[in-house]
Amino acid sequence: MAHTLEVRGVSLRFGGVRALTEVSFGVNEGELFSIIGPNGAGKTSIVNCISGRYKPTEGKLFYRGKDITGLNPNARPQLGIGRTFQNLALFHHMSVLDNIMVGRHHLLKNNFITGSLYWLTGARREELEHRHKVEEIIDFLDLQSVRKATAGTLPYGLRKRVELARAMALEPQLILLDEPMAGMNFEEKEDMARYIVDLNEEFGMTVMMIEHDMGVVMDISHRVMVLDFGRKIAEGDPASVLADPHVKRAYLGEEDEVLVDPDDKPAAPECAA
Amino acid sequence: MAGQTLIPAGDFRTSYAADTTVFPTTTSRNAMILGIVLICFAPHVVSAYVLSLLIQIGIFGIAALGLNIVVGFTGQISIGHAAFFGFGAFTSAYLSNRFGIPVFFCIPLAGVVTAAVGLIFGLPAARLKGLYLAIATLAAQYILLDFFARAEWFTGGSVPASAEPFSIFGYMLRGDKQYFYVVLAYVVVCYLLVTNLIRSRDGRALVAVRDHYLSAEIMGINLTKYRTLSFGLAAFFAGVGGALYAHYNQVVSNEGFGIDRSIIFLAMIIIGGLGSIMGTLMGTAFMVLLPESMEWLSVALRDSPIDQFLGLKNNIAFLREMAIGVIIIVFLVFEPDGLAHRWRQIKAYWKLYPFSH
Repeated sequence: MAHTLEVRGVSLRFGGVRALTEVSFGVNEGELFSIIGPNGAGKTSIVNCISGRYKPTEGKLFYRGKDITGLNPNARPQLGIGRTFQNLALFHHMSVLDNIMVGRHHLLKNNFITGSLYWLTGARREELEHRHKVEEIIDFLDLQSVRKATAGTLPYGLRKRVELARAMALEPQLILLDEPMAGMNFEEKEDMARYIVDLNEEFGMTVMMIEHDMGVVMDISHRVMVLDFGRKIAEGDPASVLADPHVKRAYLGEEDEVLVDPDDKPAAPECAA
Repeated sequence: MAGQTLIPAGDFRTSYAADTTVFPTTTSRNAMILGIVLICFAPHVVSAYVLSLLIQIGIFGIAALGLNIVVGFTGQISIGHAAFFGFGAFTSAYLSNRFGIPVFFCIPLAGVVTAAVGLIFGLPAARLKGLYLAIATLAAQYILLDFFARAEWFTGGSVPASAEPFSIFGYMLRGDKQYFYVVLAYVVVCYLLVTNLIRSRDGRALVAVRDHYLSAEIMGINLTKYRTLSFGLAAFFAGVGGALYAHYNQVVSNEGFGIDRSIIFLAMIIIGGLGSIMGTLMGTAFMVLLPESMEWLSVALRDSPIDQFLGLKNNIAFLREMAIGVIIIVFLVFEPDGLAHRWRQIKAYWKLYPFSH
């Protein structure tokens, strides 16, 4: 079957460092696909290849059958690819509202001349129309109270949410989330997990997510891929990935058999690391 | 998020249209309109000297506004802005002398031609950043200055080019008093244009490129296009300002478009506030009025008891230059965010007076 996103034999080298080695996988339409792996495994490199920040040294990327390997990053929102960043990448001096409005850049039509003439050229009308859409996103993500706040002044968890809002404003069909829950407390994580599930189920977006919180990944993902040292070591539904011996060795950690008392029934491995 | 806005309690916006107005409150809008109406009376009230200062503030304010687009809003650097200002001046004079185009049309045309030149010199901005870009724009400064000196068909070479006085529908405007209104109209229009630019698509894109260019690119913003565009826009306003300057003086000489003028433009927007539209005008006023007030002070100091006691005599002139430098340094140390920021704080103080907490 044709994948929405297909990564075919992608390798990425920086000088002598092999960030990715022949990674191939596909993300299906409407799927919630997660990538896990230890630090430095190449997870973000994959996302950067898909969003166009890096050009793979070898291999090709296809989005809906179209080769996007060499496409400029700024041409990708039009195709329907949006992303968030692991380290906050908001426009710090802009208001939350403007941040989200930037996400609608490729959907707006006015240019610097018609924009400057604002009242005469319909730029005002266009702004107001898109403001409605932005407000829908603000409602969905509960950002009403901070919409006029300067993005750089917000606390971390809120900034993550604003970044998600900005990516949603692109109206992507495929959204790439790079560690959406990193550094959040338990409640914030729960909220974020709910938003991600809603993105997938209500908004019908195909979600590809990098996340370290195994509890969340196992709960909400349809399929999981595991990377280690730039290589794919497993792919499949959450339960089978969790049971995979390679994954245990590389990422989850093996159970120390000696220390386990056979009478004391071992608890399920604590995954929320 | 207290203290984010200065909107009075009880002022609720009930439509998105009401939330996108230029001025936050009706009072602030009316105050601005009143201010513009009042300044319309200036030619009949103030002396010729003060009027010439006001005209200078207007002209340089338009050019500085352009520079603020590049430096303040797009986060790049240009130390060749005065060359574009000069190019606009020569272009407008050339268009009216050579082709007989009415000055009324020459001024915006000069802006457009200068914008085209600005786009060409803005091309390095697509690849260069920071100090490297500064050097590239310095090259633009010297290339254009050299062009002014050599292209005698265009500039008249060593002989200053003459510029027609401003005329509108056959009616010739004479003197500062009438020209003041031309400059005022241009200031109002240019500042409105940039205000609109910044609150619409491409203006937001420029600010996004400044704040985080990597995520701007992911948001579908073409970095090359917007970085170059910002230079084109800056050159447009520099060109309009230069054209106004040419028809104000009615002669354009090669002098006054050098790097010192470029640096003064930079000082105007830094003192006014990078990325602040009204701050640009404040900073321009500051930079125009500071030397004048220092001049006034040094005249007052001459032959005063202090002068006699210290025996300053001719050194007062040097003291004046030093005082200007010291004031700028002190200002930047205590108000790095510019006059616009200080103005906001003053407004916030009075908004809450006397209960500031």
